[in-house]
Parts: sequence; C-alpha cells; structure tokens
Amino acid sequence: MSDTTIDVAAPTTGEPDTPDESAASPVGAEPRDDAGDHGDHDVPFAPHTSTGVTNVKLAMWLFLGSECLLFGGLISTYMLYRNRHSEGIGPDQLWDIPFTSASSFILLMSSLTMVLAVSAAGRKDDRNTHIWLSVTALLGALFIAGQVYEFTTFYNEGLGYTTSLFGSSFYTLTGFHGVHVSVGIIMLLALVGMSMRKKLHGDKAETIEMVGLYWHFVDIVWIIIFTVVYLIPA
Amino acid sequence: MSTDTDTNDSQSNESQPDETGHEATDSHGHPIDPAHEDPAHGDHAHGASDLQYVIIAGILAAITGLEVLVSYLDIGPLFLPVLLILMAIKFVTVVSFFMHLKFDNKIFSLMFYGGLFLAIFVYAAALATFHFFS
Repeated sequence: MSDTTIDVAAPTTGEPDTPDESAASPVGAEPRDDAGDHGDHDVPFAPHTSTGVTNVKLAMWLFLGSECLLFGGLISTYMLYRNRHSEGIGPDQLWDIPFTSASSFILLMSSLTMVLAVSAAGRKDDRNTHIWLSVTALLGALFIAGQVYEFTTFYNEGLGYTTSLFGSSFYTLTGFHGVHVSVGIIMLLALVGMSMRKKLHGDKAETIEMVGLYWHFVDIVWIIIFTVVYLIPA
Repeated sequence: MSTDTDTNDSQSNESQPDETGHEATDSHGHPIDPAHEDPAHGDHAHGASDLQYVIIAGILAAITGLEVLVSYLDIGPLFLPVLLILMAIKFVTVVSFFMHLKFDNKIFSLMFYGGLFLAIFVYAAALATFHFFS
C-alpha cells in the first residue's frame, strides 16, 4: 500500500496486496497487483477474494459436488437394472468379493499416501512429497490393473457390455470410475514430473492439495460402489 | 500507514488486517489468530498430523474388513442398515479428515454436500418413479 512505511526488515515474500509486500518491494519498483499469480512463493497467502477462500479450491469443490450428480445417475441406473441379466451371468455368479476387497483396500491406502503427500507439500518437504505422490500413483495403477483383470474375467465368463442391462450398467459405472482413477494417475505423475523439473508454478502445496481432493473423491465414490454394487446382493 | 508487525517473520503475512480493517484469513477462509498460528505447519495447521492420518486409515481398513465380514453373515433385517451405516462412516471420515472438509471453510461443505444431497434427492425420486423401493 502506498502509505506503508518501507522497512528493510519486512518479509520478502507474501501476498502482493499486503502492507508487508509493498514494504518488501525494491525501492522504486512497481508494486505487484497480480493477486492470482504467486510465483514460487513459499509463504502461505491470504486469498483476497470476496468469499475469503481461493477461487481454485472453490471451483474444485463445486466440480466435486457436480460429480456427485454424475455418479449418482450411474449408481441409480445400476441399481435399477442389476436384476436384468441372463440366467447364470448375474452378480451372484460373477462377484469375487475377496479380490474386490483387496482392490478396495489398495484404493483406500492410496488415499492415505495422498494425504501424506499433501501434508509433506505443506511442510515444503519435496522429497517426501514426490515419494508419496509416486506411491499413490502406483497404488492407483494396481487398482486399475485389478479392474482390468476383473473385467477380463467377467467377459470370459460371458458378461459382455451388451449382454444384458445389468452388464451395460455395471461396465458403465465401474468403467467411468476407472477412467477417473486413470486421469488421477496421470495428474499424479504429471505433478511429480513437473515438481522435479521445477516447472510447477504458483502455490505448489495448493496444486497438490487440489489433485488430492480429486483423488480422495474417486476413493469415496469407490466406497459407495463397493458396498452398493458388490456387498449388497441383488 | 505503518504497522507494528513489519518486523515479524514472513509467517505473519496471513495475520495482517487489510487496509479496510477486515480480519485476515488463511487459505481455508478461517480468521487467523496470530497467537495461535503455527509457523511449522503453515497452511495445514488446522489438519491432522501424519500419525493421525495413519490411525484414521487403519480405522477405515478395519471398517472395510467389518463390511466384508457382515456381507458373509446372516444378520437378517439388520444386514442392509449395517452395511449402509458402515459405508456412510467411511465416506464421512474420508471427506472430513483426508479432504480436510471438517477443518475448512463452511462454503466448501455447502458446495460438496449441496451437490451430494441434491443427487440423493433427485435419484431417489427417479428410482421411486420406477417403483424401486416397493
């Protein structure tokens, strides 16, 4: 702010619009007013928005709220059609609960590694951030591998995508979820690559937190799918 | 104006009142009390510790095991409610702790749970039109 006393002991980073930031600016330099561009600043910043929260995070939560409607439609469709199948090719004949339980456990643990990555990023611990992000991507890949194996097994047992309404709704629901996990894996690997190459601009911790929110969302969707689709019999 | 916090360390940035006199907030939208701010944890001071995350994950894994166990047991009419309650506990735990919604600004809860309950209402109504619940 123009009426701020310049103090050489003031912090050198932070929100551009704060009094401290102006104080930190080199004498004669133009004060920055790009509130949305925080560069590689290491200091948490106070978002100066009308809501008091960052727009990125607000948009992510709004996106996740809308995703509830997408998966709600897919889950409802499956529930409606789960009994519409040919003789001998229904859920009771196909499901392998121990195998799917192991897959669920893997995805659940990936949420733990993701939150540890977000925690490490908050501490500016790049090494552990990269490790936990990589482990999360690996666990996600394991889950997808399990899903591919499961789909292949079901197909070989006679359940194709167009075999029955049950098959169509099941593959659509779990396939959409699998695509979401795959997109999450790509984002995680991109995060690790960009972070290691120092190409991750802006608030790194917040970027990782946003990917983390997406990853946890695919986990909570699976929590519902696991119970509604696999554990509750048709 | 000259502020008396100019000589503080950089962590105090968040706690500065702006020139309009509004209370400063962190990136979660919470008012910041400089006396209680923890520089070592910065933006994530309101979340759980790593050990607590591990404990929560252990509880979630145990609930998953319990779900699988219940699915093999014959507990009669309690079968469906028990499974749905266990599912809801896992769901809320992940959202509240791993996604930090419990510690974050309430507007995020409004965005997420608004979408969730809208979905539940809309699709429950849609399923009802197909006599799913009868």
